[in-house]
Amino acid sequence: MDMPLPDASVIARRSRILARLAAALPADALISDPVETRAYECDALTAYRCLPLAVTLPRTTTEVATILRLCHEEGVKVIPRGAGTSLAGGSLPTADAVVLGVARMNAVLETDYPNRFIRVQSGRTNLSVTGAVEADGFFYAPDPSSQLACAIAGNIGMNSGGAHCLKYGVTTNNLLGVTMVTMQGDILQIGGPFLDAGGLDLLGVICGSEGQLGVVTEAWLRILPKPEGARPVLMGFASNEVAGACVSDIIKGGLLPVAIEFMDRPCIEATEAFAHAGYPDCEALLIIEVEGSPAEIDDQLARIKTIAQRHNPVAYRESRSEEEAKRIWLGRKSAFGAMGQMGDYICLDGTIPVSELAHVLRRIGELTASYGLRVANVFHAGDGNMHPLIIFDANKPGDLELAEALGADILRLCVEVGGCLTGEHGVGVEKRDLMHVQFTRDDMEAQLRVKDVFDPDWLLNPAKVFPLDVTASRRVA
Amino acid sequence: MQPDTEAALASLIAGASGKIAVTGGGTRRLDAVAGEPLSTAGLTGITLYEPGALTLVVQAGTPLDVIETTLTTENQRLPFEVPDLRGLLGRSGNSTIGGTVAANASGPRRIQAGACRDSLIGVRFVDGTGTVVKNGGRVMKNVTGIDLVKLMAGSQGRLGVLTEVAFKLLPVPETAATLVLHGLDDATAITALSSALTSPFDVSGAAHWPGHGTFIRIEGFATSVAYRSAELQRRLAGFGTVDAAADDPWPAIRDVAPFHGAAGDVWRLSTTPSQAPALVARLAPRQALYDWGGGLVWLLTDEGFDLRAALGPFAGHATLIRSHSALPTFHPEPAPIAALTRGLRAKFDPRGLFAGAL
Ligand SMILES: Cc1cc2nc3c(=O)[nH]c(=O)nc-3n(C[C@H](O)[C@H](O)[C@@H](O)COP(=O)(O)OP(=O)(O)OC[C@H]3O[C@@H](n4cnc5c(N)ncnc54)[C@H](O)[C@@H]3O)c2cc1C
Ligand SMILES: Cc1cc2nc3c(=O)[nH]c(=O)nc-3n(C[C@H](O)[C@H](O)[C@H](O)COP(=O)(O)OP(=O)(O)OC[C@H]3O[C@@H](n4cnc5c(N)ncnc54)[C@H](O)[C@@H]3O)c2cc1C
Repeated sequence: MDMPLPDASVIARRSRILARLAAALPADALISDPVETRAYECDALTAYRCLPLAVTLPRTTTEVATILRLCHEEGVKVIPRGAGTSLAGGSLPTADAVVLGVARMNAVLETDYPNRFIRVQSGRTNLSVTGAVEADGFFYAPDPSSQLACAIAGNIGMNSGGAHCLKYGVTTNNLLGVTMVTMQGDILQIGGPFLDAGGLDLLGVICGSEGQLGVVTEAWLRILPKPEGARPVLMGFASNEVAGACVSDIIKGGLLPVAIEFMDRPCIEATEAFAHAGYPDCEALLIIEVEGSPAEIDDQLARIKTIAQRHNPVAYRESRSEEEAKRIWLGRKSAFGAMGQMGDYICLDGTIPVSELAHVLRRIGELTASYGLRVANVFHAGDGNMHPLIIFDANKPGDLELAEALGADILRLCVEVGGCLTGEHGVGVEKRDLMHVQFTRDDMEAQLRVKDVFDPDWLLNPAKVFPLDVTASRRVA
Repeated sequence: MQPDTEAALASLIAGASGKIAVTGGGTRRLDAVAGEPLSTAGLTGITLYEPGALTLVVQAGTPLDVIETTLTTENQRLPFEVPDLRGLLGRSGNSTIGGTVAANASGPRRIQAGACRDSLIGVRFVDGTGTVVKNGGRVMKNVTGIDLVKLMAGSQGRLGVLTEVAFKLLPVPETAATLVLHGLDDATAITALSSALTSPFDVSGAAHWPGHGTFIRIEGFATSVAYRSAELQRRLAGFGTVDAAADDPWPAIRDVAPFHGAAGDVWRLSTTPSQAPALVARLAPRQALYDWGGGLVWLLTDEGFDLRAALGPFAGHATLIRSHSALPTFHPEPAPIAALTRGLRAKFDPRGLFAGAL
């Protein structure tokens, strides 16, 4: 993975830039000591690291605007950062850039139940948004597995999803508005506490733009009343094909579970050895969760059972209690930890049409064998978002490169069958060089034009998302 | 001009020298656009329909009724309940799916299933330079690159001509029921709707039709609909008698039927439900109709009445849907937002072919 050479003129002006930032900000908002900036040298894609020029940790939108205006004047690049849990290197610094972290901006600004929204500063963690409204019977629907740590800022940056987005959608479907600061330091309000914003859908473009268009400082989020209850069922199948067909029949049957999780044999075996959840010995396993009142849940589970039985499940386990529900989820929730025990791993994030599931799993198996590696699959089956985990040995020379090459092949396969390179983790630097696989030059050019409008000097979050050759002329300008 | 293929459309646009008026079914266009008509009627047909994956890919000129008929065979539907505004606007013809997307047209189910843009998962379009662009795809989750799918939804044909659009679908629920409360004033009605919408009972329609009733819709499996109806009746008892509605009011609410044939201007106001009754009271319109729990208000006003001036600043915006006056169709945007809109239009349509407000 290549990164452009740092801008020598910026590096040469480092002390002047730091002095200006220090003069404009409260004392604790600027970090420039390399010992302290080390904490910001990477995100959750730890294979790539780089110390930034400096880190700024503002507390207000006005301070964010000050930092951006100043960096714009000095021609300094800026890396917007939430909690740094991106798995795609989306908040990886460069040596000539200032990290702008919003983690200290974590206040709840307004909760409005009759109108069903909450307004928060963007550094607030995902889980604590629900935390703020839970006691009153509400929740914020998008629930990435990293929700304890990740911030709304990064959720908006990556348009994050979670296990429950089959029913409730991803971030873009639950975001009503933002306060955003442009690279030039202008403060904008886009959307607001209403459903239809009118005009061009700028909010839709900002969501998922990976810090390319501006720094989000506040967000209006849709909150929903909590369902009365939820209950999972677990079923095992003799093949991936059969499990895939069962998923599609359930969806066709008019059922809308909140989650349909799929695990393949390697994943089941790894999880069992690690968490001992008592999962059945089978080729493929589904965990399906439905919501409602106790009677509604019973009714939905009965319908799911009827459909599942047509596919001769080798195991069928309905939870009858909190305790049983926990056991059903236990393995799934420890899946990533379990794979960690098997070695180092890369977590992919491709998306495929659900109808291609069996074919894709078969091809992944073949590809993996040809590379001499191991892959385990766990994914959100309802929406085709796959997370193949490629297991490798970081201490073995060449193994990481081999794993990355296999990962690229798997993502190419996803695109080939009609899917895409990333369903929720984003492109970042990780998938940047694969963008050619999914998009023509013209397709990418159209996206670059949006960046041209919001960030004409190309200073925000440099060298992410778009292949370097495609952006070269803009980056020198 | 009526190209039959995307390639033909692209070369038409590349070679165009004057303004172009992109037309689908011609049923909804609000602002008069001077320019050579460019019809999408040659770009029709369903490209891909996978009921088991709840996905549909369709050419932009395809009439809506063709799509609806096809989906009915599999007991599925577009989630966003497209309004039919022909009666309101006095138009004939058949809406196309491209025009629907270009308007981000969304009906009462918006509060539960989202707007058109929320179901739209992929687009192909020809921009003002004649370049074919694709974005998104046919999968539910996709964060690969900048989301131009959302940008094209509601763009009113100002950034490019859509040639193909992809959606996620929903199954048609087994049954639906509507509850009605009678005789509530606007403010109380909106409070009642908010109470229903903040319950866990998954309301899919919440509207107040002054003089007719305050309506709440529940959809799903029969046992569940019965259960949730009973719970909602209990919850709303403090607002008066909660009955089961005799007729289905949703097509009328969706299509703003109360204003059909009535003289006056028609406005569409987007705001928070709580603010809506006071705003309406200040405007004293001839008629009002509240949808989306009060977040969307249709207003019938005297001709030429400048509603925006009368409203003053508020959280939301107003669109002039039907009028003979010279008032602007779209709500003026704050300067920095207007600059971004102008910037995007200049990038996607550098020669200014796709004329019109917005
Ligand atoms: C400003 C405005 C706001 C509207 N708001 C709403 C609303 O909030 N709710 C609602 O239900 N309806 C709304 N409508 C109506 C909406 O246009 C219709 O819902 C839609 O179904 C029209 O279909 P049609 O094929 O008849 O489009 P037409 O009336 O032919 O065209 C409608 C608009 O879409 C453009 N357009 C048509 N086809 C394409 C294409 N293939 N690619 C790009 N652009 C195209 C046209 O240039 C025109 O601006 C609005 C319309 C306008 C103009
Ligand atoms: C164990 C684990 C599990 C995960 N599970 C999921 C999952 O289930 N679903 C999922 O979608 N993701 C998941 N992720 C990925 C990650 O948590 C999400 O992408 C998350 O949204 C990142 O949030 P963050 O605050 O950490 O953002 P960061 O990593 O700090 O930034 C992410 C991106 O957003 C941009 N950004 C950050 N702040 C701003 C801002 N204020 N304004 C504009 N742009 C900004 C950054 O530049 C970067 O491009 C997981 C990660 C881990 C480590």
